[in-house]
Amino acid sequence: MSRHFTPKVITANDLMLGDAIWLTEDDRWTRDIAEAELIEDEAHATIRLLFAQAQPEIAVGPYLADAKPGTTGPQPIHFREAFRTRGPSNYAHGKQVEV
Amino acid sequence: MYVYNDFDEAFVRERVAQFRGQVERRVSGALTEDEFKPLRLMNGLYLQLHAYMLRVAVPYGTLNPVQMRQLAYLAETYDKGYGHFTTRQNIQYNWPKLADVPDMLEALADVGMHAIQTSGNTIRNVTADHFAGAAADEIEDPRPVAELLRQWSTDHPEFQFLPRKFKIAVTGSPTDRAVTKAHDIGLRMVRDASGAPGFEVIVGGGLGRTPMVGKVLREFLPKADLLPYCEAIVSVYNLLGRRDNKYKARIKITVHENGIDTIRSLVEAKFAELRPVFAGFDQQLLTQIEGHFAPPTFRSAPTDSYEAARLANPAFRSWSDTNLSAHKAEGYAIVSISIKKHGATPGDATADQMRVMADLAERFGHGELRISHEQNVILPHVHKSDLAAVYAVLREADLATANIGLVSDIIACPGMDYCALATARSIPVAQDIATRFEELKLEHEVGPLKIKISGCINACGHHHVGHIGILGLDRAGVENYQITLGGDGSEDAAIGKRAGPGFSADEIVPAIERLVLGYLDLRAAPDETFLQTYRRLGIEPFKAILYPAAATEEKANAA
Ligand code: SF4
Repeated sequence: MSRHFTPKVITANDLMLGDAIWLTEDDRWTRDIAEAELIEDEAHATIRLLFAQAQPEIAVGPYLADAKPGTTGPQPIHFREAFRTRGPSNYAHGKQVEV
Repeated sequence: MYVYNDFDEAFVRERVAQFRGQVERRVSGALTEDEFKPLRLMNGLYLQLHAYMLRVAVPYGTLNPVQMRQLAYLAETYDKGYGHFTTRQNIQYNWPKLADVPDMLEALADVGMHAIQTSGNTIRNVTADHFAGAAADEIEDPRPVAELLRQWSTDHPEFQFLPRKFKIAVTGSPTDRAVTKAHDIGLRMVRDASGAPGFEVIVGGGLGRTPMVGKVLREFLPKADLLPYCEAIVSVYNLLGRRDNKYKARIKITVHENGIDTIRSLVEAKFAELRPVFAGFDQQLLTQIEGHFAPPTFRSAPTDSYEAARLANPAFRSWSDTNLSAHKAEGYAIVSISIKKHGATPGDATADQMRVMADLAERFGHGELRISHEQNVILPHVHKSDLAAVYAVLREADLATANIGLVSDIIACPGMDYCALATARSIPVAQDIATRFEELKLEHEVGPLKIKISGCINACGHHHVGHIGILGLDRAGVENYQITLGGDGSEDAAIGKRAGPGFSADEIVPAIERLVLGYLDLRAAPDETFLQTYRRLGIEPFKAILYPAAATEEKANAA
């Protein structure tokens, strides 16, 4: 039996704006993690990461981040990834007001 | 203040033009991110959690009003209306867009500023005592020497790819306000037996993963030998420093592994070789630079209006008790403007506040401003008769918090609210501690106490040298805060000791409150500071306060 695979999303920083972006199932980049593709298979994750890495004109430093399914779409697991979906906690700046 | 000559101007402009081309090539796809990253870092541009971050050097923390206004302009035009002053006397912008950065650098060049060598394995911005040129206890203004070091180290062909980053701090006074013992090279001005000024040279200090207090490499170095001697240190390190392991690459490890005596003999040998090569040109340059730092023409005027204002206005009295320091000139004071309003982000100033401070410097401060490593802004030369007016303007601008050196004057790094390397947040912890002590109305009674917070082991928040240090960690996916006690960043530098297990985000502020209230019970007299009490009693009573359950258990076991 294959070992348990924690579902993933692919995320990166946008080249021009520098903010967090996520890869969707239909090959777009979104600023809302809920629209991201939740990847539940390790082999597929590798392929999708290669696809993301082949878009250096949009995505800087793409990586796989643990995620879980939520009512509206994928949700982050680690608090670092949660901050990336919102922005800083000291000001209402970033995604919490822009997305 | 130092003014760029044609060479500086041409150099900085050329770098801006180069960077503009590099950004264009990155956007067009001609450069990969791997190729571009070192180029952007050489120009102070990082990519963080939510955006790019531009780190602008404020050499030895000195600014003039025109420069401060330009920083305000950048904050407003290219950021979200504010800037963040850092523990290395720099300013960071948290929200620039890639395409705008060349214009930002151009605007900086217009006022003789840049972001060069604020990143990378190079000699970083040279920091200095923020009271330089003003402090009553100063031997000499250290900034000419700092400027000389800046010119020497900027684009130094041999030192662009050191094993790791390299930080130099300099103080012109035996009282160390520049944390020289926590730097790769620390220079502390002292006099020799004949009274001539020179430097005690300290090497191998540093915080981070392996905190170390620097060691004395030379007890007295004549001022004239400074540049060849520093070059000798950096070249020895450049050859000997480890490149195989990032965590062992700083000079503190080189010194630790080879021993200070070996380093000393290598440095002295190299120095003997280099010294004749310098042939006095550095000294000519230093003399020129010194001309730029001539002290302002201090005026003499009565100060009774200041005394009268103190009597008439308790808020002004409280502010002048905490936020002023002794000036070398009769009738003058050094004003520390707190950028630590209770509940606000330590070190963040809005564009409007920057302009207010620039205006104050122009009207009342002989045109000088300083950024301190404690993330405050200094007006180094204010005549006492102007203090009441300065205070009134500061109040209007929400800049009159009377808390310098107190519990709420917290150093905090950006932590996980911005920094990609962070393991936990630090800003909210600082905000909550300050807010809590404001509610308790206790900080003036508590007296001098330095709390310093870092959001990861890299220790940009200097937590190791905080009287109370807080380190944010990630423990199994949850923020956790470790407390260290008894650190000290002064000339008696000490690394704080870990108090015990960490605290959750909910527990950390109550733990700090317990600790500070507990100290009030422990101190021998109202004027015994937290650090003095700690040094007298050791860590145990403080541990008992932090971990009451464990203390009770121990007692029970002993019974
Ligand atoms: S201490 Fe860590 S979290 Fe804080 S600014 Fe430095 S690298 Fe970032």
